[in-house]
Parts: sequence; structure tokens; C-alpha cells
Amino acid sequence: MSKSNPGAPKRLALISSKGTLDWAYPPFILASAAGAMGWEVGVFFTFYGLTLLKPKLTAAVSPLGNPAMPMKMPFGPEAFQNINWAMPNLLMANVPGFEGLATSLMKQTFKNKGVASVEELRQMCLDLDVRLIGCQMTMDVFGFKKEDFIPEAEIGGAATFLEYAADADVQLFI
Amino acid sequence: MEAFEVIKEDRLLDCTGMLCPMPIVNTAKAMKELQSGQILKMISTDAGSPPDIEAWSRQTGNELLLSTTEGNKFIFFLRKV
Repeated sequence: MSKSNPGAPKRLALISSKGTLDWAYPPFILASAAGAMGWEVGVFFTFYGLTLLKPKLTAAVSPLGNPAMPMKMPFGPEAFQNINWAMPNLLMANVPGFEGLATSLMKQTFKNKGVASVEELRQMCLDLDVRLIGCQMTMDVFGFKKEDFIPEAEIGGAATFLEYAADADVQLFI
Repeated sequence: MEAFEVIKEDRLLDCTGMLCPMPIVNTAKAMKELQSGQILKMISTDAGSPPDIEAWSRQTGNELLLSTTEGNKFIFFLRKV
């Protein structure tokens, strides 16, 4: 329940700060689930998270900074698919084309398991009236304009988020 | 006679094969289209659905009449508030 208006629905305030495929899922999953529960939801996209507001999503999996990243093969017998292929990431990060391979393996595994794509989840969020807000300062830093984003995206700054979050029941930085 | 055999749904929603958060999102969408008092039967294979549907029901006020399993399927009857 919103703190300044007791009659208002619950509110979720998220900050999405990372633009890789694996980090694109949590904010959109939580936002769409909260929207489905009738909550008010606002997601603030900042730094690398801003790329998730682009009309065409290009989120990829990076082996860098994912030291424990296991890989799953989306094909073959079940026992083979269930193997965790530990990625020696410094080695893999230097293999040309590895990022593309890791990305397509993750996308295919997710699809096989029945997980919606990031595009589908973002559309669900929009259908559920989730507010998607780009951080103006990082837009300036990275050279993004409002026109680079989906038309539903709003623009705001730190004060916008803080005011929204102050009235939220759940606030998470992702 | 099983309890769910006497509950008559107004709408059936099959979320077989879907994972979180799609069963919840699709349940919310389907419930929006029902009238107050009408019943939705939702079928899911996602093991996260039983606790999620319970939480969704508590949060939205829609009544969870029954949560049961049939083989590998989870079956829910929800009455729109």
C-alpha cells in the first residue's frame, strides 16, 4: 500500500542497471509478475540497462564478469542437456564468436524450457501498465535520445525515482 | 467424487509448458475478462505455480477455491472477486 495514499495499490520500484541477456530477465520478470498482481510498477533504466529500452533488443550473454557461469546445451539427450559446462571465462572471452554462441545457447535453452523471451516479457509489462523510465543523466552520458527508445518509455532523473521509490512497498536495484 | 469435479469453470486457461511469470501474467489477463463471481480453471506444469497462485490470490483478493494436482499438472480454480 502506497504510504502517502492508503487506498492505493502496492507499488514496486526497480532499478535496472545491466544490459546483458541474463540481467535483462529479472527486472522484466518481477515487473510483469507485480503488474499481474495488480501492483503499480515503475522500472528505472540506468547505465547499461538503458539498452533494454531500445525497440530492437540486442541483449547478449557476456562471459566476462560471470565467473561461475554454467552453460547448458539446448540439444541432445536429457542427461547431456543437464550437464553444467563450466566456462573458464577469461579463456572463452578471447575466443572470437563466443559471445554469440553463449547468447544463442542461452536463448535456445530458455525457449526449450518455456521461458518467455525478453521481448515478450517487456511487451507483457507494457500491457500491464508498467512504467518504463529512462535515466536522463546516463542517456546524456551514453548519447541516447528519447527517440532511440520505445515510444512508451518515459524519462526521469534521480529525484523522480526517489519520489516514486519513497512511496513504494518494494524497491530493488538490479 | 473429487472436489474439483463439482466446481464448474466459466473459462479454462491452459498454461502447460510455461514458466514463471507467464502462468501468473496469463491468469491475471484471463481474470480481467471475467465477471465478478465467475470461475477460472487454470492448468500449469510449472512447479512454482502453487505458491505463486496462492500469493497472487492473496494480493489480488481473488479467491483460490482449489489447488490440486493431476499427474504432472497443477490445477487451480479461482473465483473473481
